[in-house]
Amino acid sequence: MFTQDSLGKILKSHGVSRRGFIKFCSTLTSMLALHPAMAAKVAESLEKVQRPSVIWLHFQECTGCSESLTRSHAPTIESLIFDYISLDYHETLLAAAGDAAEKAMHEAMQAHKGKYLLVVEGSIPLANPGFSTVGGQSNLDVLQNVAKDAAAVIAVGSCASFGGLPNADPNPTGAVSVSDIIKDKPIINISGCPPIPVVITGVLAHFLTFGVLPELDNLGRPKTFYANTIHDRCYRRPFYDKGLFAETFDDEGAKKGWCLYRLGCKGPTTYNACATVKWNDQTSWPVEAGHGCLGCSEPRFWDGGGFYKALSLPDSDVRKMAGYAVATGLAAGAIAGIANKIKKQDMLKQHEVVSVDDWDDKS
Amino acid sequence: MNNSMDFLLWVKGPAFEIALFIFVAGILIRVIEILLLGRKADLSEARSSDVRAGIRTVLNRSIPESGILKKAPFVIIVGYLWHICWFISFFLFVPHIEVINYLLGISWPGLPNQFVDTAAVIAMISLLAMLIYRFNHPVLRFISTREDYLVWLVTFLPLLSGYFAFHHTFEPYAMLLGLHILSVELFLVIFPFTKLMHVITVLMARWYNGVSLGRKEPENQEVQS
Repeated sequence: MFTQDSLGKILKSHGVSRRGFIKFCSTLTSMLALHPAMAAKVAESLEKVQRPSVIWLHFQECTGCSESLTRSHAPTIESLIFDYISLDYHETLLAAAGDAAEKAMHEAMQAHKGKYLLVVEGSIPLANPGFSTVGGQSNLDVLQNVAKDAAAVIAVGSCASFGGLPNADPNPTGAVSVSDIIKDKPIINISGCPPIPVVITGVLAHFLTFGVLPELDNLGRPKTFYANTIHDRCYRRPFYDKGLFAETFDDEGAKKGWCLYRLGCKGPTTYNACATVKWNDQTSWPVEAGHGCLGCSEPRFWDGGGFYKALSLPDSDVRKMAGYAVATGLAAGAIAGIANKIKKQDMLKQHEVVSVDDWDDKS
Repeated sequence: MNNSMDFLLWVKGPAFEIALFIFVAGILIRVIEILLLGRKADLSEARSSDVRAGIRTVLNRSIPESGILKKAPFVIIVGYLWHICWFISFFLFVPHIEVINYLLGISWPGLPNQFVDTAAVIAMISLLAMLIYRFNHPVLRFISTREDYLVWLVTFLPLLSGYFAFHHTFEPYAMLLGLHILSVELFLVIFPFTKLMHVITVLMARWYNGVSLGRKEPENQEVQS
């Protein structure tokens, strides 16, 4: 099961031509925003490298991230990548079940101790270990056990990266992200709900080629894919700058493809590659389909104040607060006014009528 | 608060509520207190309509007095430039109009971003120029208080942070937007208790003066007010 053959050999045996392989390497190089001259190096190193073992764990999630990964069209780079890694354990995709599956995972962990990649999908509940278990083991225990000997941990999806939907207010399961638990391993967050398939495979490819994880942003995401906001790369951006906005989903503006800011698009605060990489084999992406960005690759996007509320709007019950403020202002103003009146009356009472004669008396 | 998104949500949520409360309650307290101070009834017979006289003074004191432009060109030109550009930056930028629409239910068309951006830059330059002028003018510097400088800073910060946020000068954007909203909240909080209150009291004062002068005007003759 744990082959030690080089990738080049494996690909050849799978019928991948030299031409196809070089084409793949060039695509990969450009996708990772590397210099074109690097393509040869990528090919060279990928040919020699051994397939790393990957263990893929599922915790509190919807499997949407795995679904996203499998929605790649053969023979795209995404499907090719599957030949590049040895996916030794993946609860959704593996054929084995029960003890046999567990055994496969432990064998992989033993055989590749300190070298395997751990991919985590889903958040980890801390409120009660019983909220989410696999084979009687809590998610927390599984994560800690498997992460112990991993070379690096890849948190796939917003749940594993930031807590995601399970972590949304009021967070009944006490869901946390991988980085909240694992502190002593390199962690890379591939956020998104789900993440773009090419981003998942791109990060794996980077690790394969260079043996290290790519450069990360302040939220632990690969800068290659998360350096720009959706807004900055959006093809509807010129309409934003011209002040042309769709007001509803079926008005003239929407039909003309104007900016969706007023309809709650979270593009300006969202860092992801949807606008450039797109989805479903470059078919389209949410904004192109006519819906604003939900901001799914950012932390707490479910609590971001409503998907259909413009980004600049306050996120609270301002009418109620304004009501309290008016009542308080009126009452306090009236009290201040009455206090001033009383003070005036008192001063009038104390007013002493004096005349020139009084002046003479005093002097 | 672990990340910039948490900060942005705090700024748009609880912090905004606090700022709005202080702003609305503060303005009401100040205005009601001023109104309740009262004035002795003017027993003279009104020569013309009080409303007409009031509105006239509110409007015509927005126009510079003849000859003043020659006497104080800097204050007049930069003063106008600042107020107009601030108005454009605040009231004609679409994301701002969205907020006003959300709060008050009224909306109007905005300007393309390039215009608003230019206006914001001019507004900031005007503010800086006025600060330098204040420093260099011996009399102005002498009568300036700490409050004047505080008001200047709190007015300048929303423009600067808004400019940075619009241009994505720093990363992450959520932090920049959060800082911009926070700076506006600071403005709202000090507004009722500083000279910023002139936005409202200037209208009250002009109205009062206008009505008072209107009663003094000779019949069928406009007075300079």
